Amino acid sequence: MTRGIVTNLWLIPAVPLAASLIILSLANSRRSAGAVLAIIGQVAALALSILAFSLTLQTPGFRAIHNFTWFTFGEQTLRIGWVLDPLAAAMLVMIALVGLCIFIFSIGYMADDKNFTRFFTYLSFFSGAMLGVVIANSLLLLFVCWELVGLASYLLIGFWIEKPSAAAAAKKAFITTRIGDMGFFLGILWLYGRSGTLLFYNDGSGCLENAGLVALGASATFVALLIFCGAVGKSGQFPLHVWLPDAMEGPTPVSALIHAATMVAAGVFLVARVYPLFSFGAINGVTPSLTVVVSIGVITALMASLIALGQFDIKRILAYSTVSQLGLMMVSLGVGGVAAGMMHLIAHGFFKALLFLGAGSVIHGCHQEHDIRKMGGLRRLMPITFLTYAIGMMALSGVPFFFSGGWTKEEILHATAHWHASHLPHYLMLAGVVLTALYMTRQMIYIFFGNRRAASEDAHESPPVMTMPLIVLASCSIVLSAILTPAWPWLHGYLTGESAHFDIAVLIQPTLFVSLALVAGGIALGFAIYRRVAGADPLEHAQPALFRFLENKMWLDELYDRTVVAYSRMAARLSDWMDRNVWDGLVRAVSGIGQIFGILTDNFDERGINAGIDEATTGTRGIGRVMSAWHSGQIQTYLRAVGVSVLVLLVLYAWLT
Amino acid sequence: MTPTLQLFLVISATLFCIGLLAVLSRRHAIFILIGIELMLAAANLNFIAFWRFGPQPQPPTGVMIAIFSIAIAAAEAVVGLAMVIAVYRHYRTTNVDQFDQLKG
Repeated sequence: MTRGIVTNLWLIPAVPLAASLIILSLANSRRSAGAVLAIIGQVAALALSILAFSLTLQTPGFRAIHNFTWFTFGEQTLRIGWVLDPLAAAMLVMIALVGLCIFIFSIGYMADDKNFTRFFTYLSFFSGAMLGVVIANSLLLLFVCWELVGLASYLLIGFWIEKPSAAAAAKKAFITTRIGDMGFFLGILWLYGRSGTLLFYNDGSGCLENAGLVALGASATFVALLIFCGAVGKSGQFPLHVWLPDAMEGPTPVSALIHAATMVAAGVFLVARVYPLFSFGAINGVTPSLTVVVSIGVITALMASLIALGQFDIKRILAYSTVSQLGLMMVSLGVGGVAAGMMHLIAHGFFKALLFLGAGSVIHGCHQEHDIRKMGGLRRLMPITFLTYAIGMMALSGVPFFFSGGWTKEEILHATAHWHASHLPHYLMLAGVVLTALYMTRQMIYIFFGNRRAASEDAHESPPVMTMPLIVLASCSIVLSAILTPAWPWLHGYLTGESAHFDIAVLIQPTLFVSLALVAGGIALGFAIYRRVAGADPLEHAQPALFRFLENKMWLDELYDRTVVAYSRMAARLSDWMDRNVWDGLVRAVSGIGQIFGILTDNFDERGINAGIDEATTGTRGIGRVMSAWHSGQIQTYLRAVGVSVLVLLVLYAWLT
Repeated sequence: MTPTLQLFLVISATLFCIGLLAVLSRRHAIFILIGIELMLAAANLNFIAFWRFGPQPQPPTGVMIAIFSIAIAAAEAVVGLAMVIAVYRHYRTTNVDQFDQLKG
């Protein structure tokens, strides 16, 4: 039973991939068939994931692998395989479930789109690739799926390809993540060169197990940092975060699935997966590579939540919120709270998908309006969306007790407080909590409270096919809080392999009250500042320069434009010039020599050989003409000639003898 | 006057020349054929003369070859006349000057 499930784990990603291929072959007009196929694929993947998940519940610290040889080159064999452990199983269920909700939501959201079936092809393709990332037991297989996920992201961001901004955003996302993946790939090569295996677990000889780590030695730090480059690109960490807000050009379900819940979390998952590489040789849980992870995470989390305060696009605010939450997860992994980070990842997957789908519902209701300044007063017009959005907002802000995000954020703060290297991340993350509550309150007030504005005049609630997934995700966000609570740390124990026992006393801790106060303070501050918004942002009034700085995303895009982009453009222009003038000149010179030689041989041919042959043929023709003149056809002439010849011969004969 | 070899040879040569003259000068195909027959007759006369005045003037040695030659001449005349008729049917003329299809 166990063996069978693990051996056939590949079925989980294969089913959505197969569904994607079948939908691809459907005609564009067979909309319902495409949607039904995609959802069947996703339901099957979810059922298989739950089966796998239930298997991991049997024993604490469960881990089963299935490895096989992919191909052999020379003496080396390249082995890949899949692994089933709590980390993978929890991710599988989260991805499949959130994916299913988003698939269903898309039926409503994309109802008017002419490329409906293409959309579901891409979605299923993405789902398969993402599930592949999770079950991979080989860094190579993971990298392959990782790139497929990137491709799906590119295709879906640029789904409305006729919009130039969408095409540009797709390109930006692809190229920016490619920069990170370059480092990732170098890390893979280095790892393979040192340890000779890319398998994570292989009964003691995998690269994450003792033998592999010892073979790596001191280079583990560099390998870990290179792999972290890939995570930075994919998870939108500073300085490669710039693609994620632009990726909001894609359809909202895509933003929810790929750019909030699953794909961007792949970077965090990757770090958690290869965590032994990061923590190898740790002293008190601190290694250089983990310190880098913490620093990047802290910078990203704070920067993104500050920028979110200055944005007016409903999806961009959520995008920056995603960037900041991913930074928070990185911090958690960096300070050693792997389980806390993964729990936050899973909780975040649910509530961020909920928020994005809620935003999609709002956008759908307000006739594709993205600017929150034109919304307002939607509380009464869209009650279901409002309620579910409020739940998502509370979960994101970290309101404890009933909302999943509260507990996981608590765990992370707890982990940062116990980091041995420095307490700075802890205090900065506390500031981040206030900022998160603040920007979410700002967004809520703009969208749902106050008077109706231009776009919300005749807004309407979305159809049930869109609100149902919202309700499911909202209930998940609340139900999850039950298994995330520190009083009964079941999921924590599941991920770390320890057994959980109920202890209500853990709840009564000073840190809990501190963060509770901070969250309440953030929300109250938000209400105080944004209570009466009408057009201009209050912050814009008070601090125009600062606001401009935040609204323009700290000028980072412009900075990259002036530096990296400008340099590469200059390099391109230089090589273009080299190509046109230097290399082209060389090629032209060579071709000129060839041409001269050609002219010479042509002349020789024409004047020498051809002329000789011409002469010979003309001569032959002349002789022929003379000869043919003798052939008069007059038989008597011939006879006369014979007679004369005989006479001449006779005379000659007579004369000679 | 007794017949001598020289006399026969002169007659034969004269006959040959008359035949050759006919072949070369006449334009009518049948006259050319007649000329050819004359030359053949001259040749036959030569055969007979050389036999009669030769070392073994007994029949039938020399006569045999002459008779053989006359038979071939008859066959040749048949073929020749048939060709003349065939050519006449095609060209509607027997004038050899106009038979110049083999002209180069």
